Amino acid sequence: MGDGNQMTEEAVEQTIGNAKSMTIIATKGTLDWAYPPFILATTAAAMDIDVTMFFTFYGLPLLNKKLDLQLGTLGNPAMKMPMMGMHMGMPSIVGVIPGVTSGATAMMKNMMKKKGVASIEELREAAVLSDVRIIACQMTLDLFEMDPDDMIEGIELGGAATYIESAVKSDINLYI
Amino acid sequence: MADATLDAKGLNCPLPILKAKKALKDLKVGETLEILATDPGAIKDFEAFCRTTGNELVESGEEGEVYRFVIKRAA
Repeated sequence: MGDGNQMTEEAVEQTIGNAKSMTIIATKGTLDWAYPPFILATTAAAMDIDVTMFFTFYGLPLLNKKLDLQLGTLGNPAMKMPMMGMHMGMPSIVGVIPGVTSGATAMMKNMMKKKGVASIEELREAAVLSDVRIIACQMTLDLFEMDPDDMIEGIELGGAATYIESAVKSDINLYI
Repeated sequence: MADATLDAKGLNCPLPILKAKKALKDLKVGETLEILATDPGAIKDFEAFCRTTGNELVESGEEGEVYRFVIKRAA
């Protein structure tokens, strides 16, 4: 009856039908905002989900080979700093003092290392290795006068329509 | 005994999951991976990972301050 073959075809169809996909738009380039897109992309890829990331505006420099990400200390009243053995809120105005941003960034990077949190470079490499599709926004590239040669290998250039084509077929679409 | 062991102690989210996925790829279907972790979030995360990927969570437990998971690789 050829049932065996039919079952196989059904199984294949089911597998393809079950393949989930996700897109993420990364729009911000500070150290803290760089984490969610890369954590979610790499984890989803590990869970057999097809992932597309679109990097635009301040998210685009996250694709530069050399990263020196800084913490955004201004306008972030929720940020607590470890001081005098506890975590204290830092008044926003302190963030404008020269050296505070780099100091807070150094403290955060130190803490991340201590707590076994991956670096953005590590997560980005994991994303590339797990075949996450990475699209760099062409318009932002022109606007910021950035050079694709300064960026990591394996990315493609595209615009809003390239993203939408991917998003319209995806199960999850995130804007970060 | 599991076929392979992954020491993910001291690593934080999402590294235990990413490393487990990588280690599972090196196993044959039906073989098992033991994972040792200290991230308390790993308990729920490995459950969710297995439910989504179809890999089987054979064991999940705590030994002192270390969480231990055994995952059997599915297709």
